[in-house]
Amino acid sequence: MKHIRSHVLVCGGTGCASSGSKKVMDVLREELEQKGLAPEVKLVETGCHGFCEMGPIMIIYPEGTFYCRVQPEDVAEIVDVHIYKGRIVNRLLYREPISHERIPNFEHMQFYKKQMRRILKNCGHINPEVIEEYIAAGGYAALGKALTEMNREQVVDEVKKSGLRGRGGAGFPTGLKWEFAKNAPGNQKYVVCNADEGDPGAFMDRSVLEGDPHRVLEGMAVCGYAMGASEGYIYCRAEYPLAIKRLNIAIKQAMDMGLLGDKIFGTDFSFHIKVKEGAGAFVCGEETALLASIEGKRGMPRPRPPFPAVSGLWGKPTNINNVETFANVPDIIVDGAAVYAAVGTEKSKGTKVFALTGKINNTGLAEVPMGISMREIIYEIGGGIPDNKKFKAVQIGGPSGGCLPEELLDLKIDYESLTAAGAMMGSGGLVVMDETTCMVDVARFFLNFTKSESCGKCTPCREGTKRMLEILTRITEGEGRDGDIELLESMAKTIKAASLCGLGQTAPNPVLSTLRYFRHEYEAHIKDKKCPAGACSKLSGYLITELCKGCGLCKKVCPVEAISGEIKGQHVIDQVKCIKCGACMAKCPFKAIIKG
Amino acid sequence: MKTVEDLKRLREQLQADNRIRHAAGTQIIVGMGTCGIAAGAREVLAAILDEIARLKIQDVNVTQTGCIGMCEQEVLVDVVKTDQPRISYGKVTADFVPTLISEHVINGRIVEERVIGKITK
Repeated sequence: MKHIRSHVLVCGGTGCASSGSKKVMDVLREELEQKGLAPEVKLVETGCHGFCEMGPIMIIYPEGTFYCRVQPEDVAEIVDVHIYKGRIVNRLLYREPISHERIPNFEHMQFYKKQMRRILKNCGHINPEVIEEYIAAGGYAALGKALTEMNREQVVDEVKKSGLRGRGGAGFPTGLKWEFAKNAPGNQKYVVCNADEGDPGAFMDRSVLEGDPHRVLEGMAVCGYAMGASEGYIYCRAEYPLAIKRLNIAIKQAMDMGLLGDKIFGTDFSFHIKVKEGAGAFVCGEETALLASIEGKRGMPRPRPPFPAVSGLWGKPTNINNVETFANVPDIIVDGAAVYAAVGTEKSKGTKVFALTGKINNTGLAEVPMGISMREIIYEIGGGIPDNKKFKAVQIGGPSGGCLPEELLDLKIDYESLTAAGAMMGSGGLVVMDETTCMVDVARFFLNFTKSESCGKCTPCREGTKRMLEILTRITEGEGRDGDIELLESMAKTIKAASLCGLGQTAPNPVLSTLRYFRHEYEAHIKDKKCPAGACSKLSGYLITELCKGCGLCKKVCPVEAISGEIKGQHVIDQVKCIKCGACMAKCPFKAIIKG
Repeated sequence: MKTVEDLKRLREQLQADNRIRHAAGTQIIVGMGTCGIAAGAREVLAAILDEIARLKIQDVNVTQTGCIGMCEQEVLVDVVKTDQPRISYGKVTADFVPTLISEHVINGRIVEERVIGKITK
């Protein structure tokens, strides 16, 4: 037997798996076997590192070297140079987008340096399919402490004192929710984990489930103890097959070890968890629709009250929290509320995971303390905007959220500040937009999403979002009319006030926030029939300026023969024939073609 | 698992296995340049790993390094204990490994007659 001198961690999250990490793992295993290195090197398949853009990701210990975009054909070199000889394969190291420096160790990468990883602590660093790795990282200590050293009131109190608020979007105090469920009369109660993550661009819950499923199970079990529930459900969408697979593995392992099941740690507390697969309807993230779906009914919301804490799943008292909320619980119990609450702002405690996407260099998951500024997230962690483009706006909170302009980049992020600015925390999706993004088109995109996902039960949401989408579509096509802006505003107000559930109540937010900060773009579309960003194809065209040298390249590349002109003479584009493909602009060697 | 103590015991045992992913106390560095490999660095490295496993030593990391220019002294093995200078041993063979490990790594006694250099920070 040999001392294991090196651990090679290969990411097996959905992002890295889709960029080929399975193949990398297989080739690596073969290569190590062939070189006789297998007995001294341990291969570990981990969950998501949150830096999916750079996947497949590989970390080699003890050095902690971080390799990105590792392809199967790179593996032989890694084995020869790094694992055999101990030298770093420079070309596979991460390169900072601003300084262009190669960074060998992930702890020194800007992307990770600025983060505060609590929820994601284990993600990418343990094998999520092996319960022992979670236990070695301190797992199930919170459940042990709660069951043997604390009574139910103390657990609820600790969560209340921690200031933890729902990470699913609305930000309701979690401890208070637990207390309602605990005090509700009834013998049979339920804990439900909302894993119906549906915001476009948000994938933090999936990463936690895939990378550290036991953390969520432990949080749920602590909740079950506090409120007196012996059964839990995880409602996870079927589009997350890897998350579901790992959850089921985790549940089985925890049952086998006696960390879930009957009489946990020899106490009277028993807790069982089932995974319920959803069909992926966005509305099922709404709690009453989610409960209906678990019961086997059509996933539609119902009016509240009664709230689920009183009458939830099968009419029994039920507490529903989302994945990230439950993932916060173990730390609160182990470290205590005071340590937890030392991070954050006055009313928003702890950390929040944001999913950074869009026009940004470092796409991925960033866990940051509450109260950090948007500028730090976008420019320091995110590495800024690619191609030297100018920042225009950041969309936060998904289809329920809003767009924040450059003036608000220094806003300290917490639940209250975002709501005041016309956006919301939501699940924490951050879509960054540059100067080429049209804000009317963004509003149209999100409204198209909510319109399609509206369940149709209530009229304001079903009809209202459809009509608003029609108006937005016509504005982007140059058919906008005087009074459209006012009509949008009045409809938004009605839909917000009269819709049955959160989907409709927040659906107009993207329109309202873009109107608030980018009204001039709407006006330009309606009055001048122009798209300032040059994104709406019906409103923008290409023009050849006098920089034209008459080389004729644009004429050759144009697929519809819309360009005319003699060699060495000024060329022109026929705006009627032009299909706005942009091929001429890309081809012009003199930058003579502009969009406008 | 019956009690919280069971969990604690299991955790402590498991943590030892994953210690490599955190900073360790003692580092053993084997010269793996072309010269080192030609002089038998692989065999030395393998012997070190065997010995560590046999003696169940915790808190030690084994890494490699390149040529430092003393090719004729290869195989070079450096041992760095916390807060102590880096000690270089020259012409290390697999036979010497058990002595090196038991004397220096475990008992902290430098095997002076085989030392060819000390590097203080």
